[in-house]
Amino acid sequence: MTPSTTSRVLRVVLLALFAVFFFGPLLAMLDFSTRATAGGRSWAAWANLVKDPELNAAIVTSLLLALFTVVLSLALLVPTMIWVRLRVPQAGRLLEFLCLLPLTIPALVIVVGLTTVYQWVTYFLGDSALNLTFVYVVLVLPYAYRSVDAALSGIDAPTLAEAARSLGAGWFTVITRVIVPNIWTGVLSAAFITVAVVLGEFTVASLLNYNNMQVVINLLGKSDTNTSVAASLAAILLAFVLLLGLSVVGGSRRRTSKGS
Amino acid sequence: MSRRGRLTPSVALLPFLVYLFVFLLIPTVTVVVGAFVEDGRPSLANVSALGDPVALATLRTSVALSAASAAIGAVLGGVLAYLVVIGSLDSSLRRLVTSLAGVLAQCGGVMLAFAFLATIGNQGTLTVWFRDHLGLNIYGSGWLFDLPGLILVYSYFQIPLMVIVFLPALDGIRPQWREASVTLGASGWQYWTQVAIPLLRPAFLGATLLLFANAFAAYATVAALVSQGSPIVPLLIRAGLSSEVLLGQKNLAFALALEMIVVVAIVMGLYALLLRRTARWLQ
Repeated sequence: MTPSTTSRVLRVVLLALFAVFFFGPLLAMLDFSTRATAGGRSWAAWANLVKDPELNAAIVTSLLLALFTVVLSLALLVPTMIWVRLRVPQAGRLLEFLCLLPLTIPALVIVVGLTTVYQWVTYFLGDSALNLTFVYVVLVLPYAYRSVDAALSGIDAPTLAEAARSLGAGWFTVITRVIVPNIWTGVLSAAFITVAVVLGEFTVASLLNYNNMQVVINLLGKSDTNTSVAASLAAILLAFVLLLGLSVVGGSRRRTSKGS
Repeated sequence: MSRRGRLTPSVALLPFLVYLFVFLLIPTVTVVVGAFVEDGRPSLANVSALGDPVALATLRTSVALSAASAAIGAVLGGVLAYLVVIGSLDSSLRRLVTSLAGVLAQCGGVMLAFAFLATIGNQGTLTVWFRDHLGLNIYGSGWLFDLPGLILVYSYFQIPLMVIVFLPALDGIRPQWREASVTLGASGWQYWTQVAIPLLRPAFLGATLLLFANAFAAYATVAALVSQGSPIVPLLIRAGLSSEVLLGQKNLAFALALEMIVVVAIVMGLYALLLRRTARWLQ
């Protein structure tokens, strides 16, 4: 059935309205952050992104947090998930339940109950914003789990492992050199989404009184809204780049799985 | 197989389980236990303080905000998803919309607060434009910081989330079903009311519940927008954490956190139930 002209026009109009709603604020941010007090345009707020020492320190903290969270969450999750597939499949449901649990327990609730645990963490590791890594690993777990799980479901892990084992490979070799290269795209998308989540995280850091990027952007908003808006827009654009990268990775996975 | 032979593979799961025990289970249990303790003794004072008018009003605002933004997000997101699906011929539009929705659904938080401040805040682009060109004051007395404004802001990440969650369900509707019902003499209206909508209803309701939980648990955007007072439960928890004593109860933050767990758990439980019903025909 071919859609009538009316419905086609209606569709375009509606899509345009959605575009206005979603792109409007982004354009407003660009306008707002480049507005000069005397009228005209000024890029001073954008220059502040690299000049403001507090914001710079916070950006570095957030990037380091992203890196550490990626490493720790993957190191914890990927071998466990592969092991469950290969050796303890009966624990699969439990693993899924545990990994998706953080979706049901708001980050805010975890923070409220975290004080005791964090007293121990600061006792052993010193007081550093990088300690946030430990909570962030929990927060990204559902997203990382889904990415890796999708990739693992796409391959026949037990058969691959059996083949490698019969050729004399140890379990370590099986995991690192046989399974992981086959689920590489899933691991990569897990890393992408982890970075995006960590760079956007505010709740935990602000309530535990650590300065990450979002906390400082929020603080700056009280004194220098222009810089805050510029930083927010920059952060959104960065998230765009990261997550578009993710969809490119995801797209290539679909293509390869179709080809095989 | 020996007992040892059965146990050894499971041992490898220990690091992961211990980690979750320390950083997920202990905090949650701390909250649940803390809600029933005051001054080191078991007490129902905190939980009963949830019945306080202030706490109740906050919960009501939170539920209203979550429900309204979930309803708006579900309807508009559903429409957007449908617009994308019917144009399945130009799949580049679909790829673009799903990618953008993936980013925007994650875009809650501080950045979103500043996005709307820059648009319709006191000095926002749109506010200034209306003031200069039409002499209209769309800022009013700051409705952006009240419930209507928060609903608008929340829609910005609820609609994209709906698109992501609801697209697979719309894809599950086969064009053949429409052809079949038309062949059997159904009108377009009958197809929608008697075939498509009943099929989509569980998925739609499930997605709405997910949106509700998403809004209910959200903290950052409102925390950045509202610096005075605590209109929603998460902000009341912030007040409880920072000022120690709230409504005369030290551990009220724990009780409020427990309240959040209960609400979100109920909603997500219903969601899981609906999801199971949807899964029957979605495959």
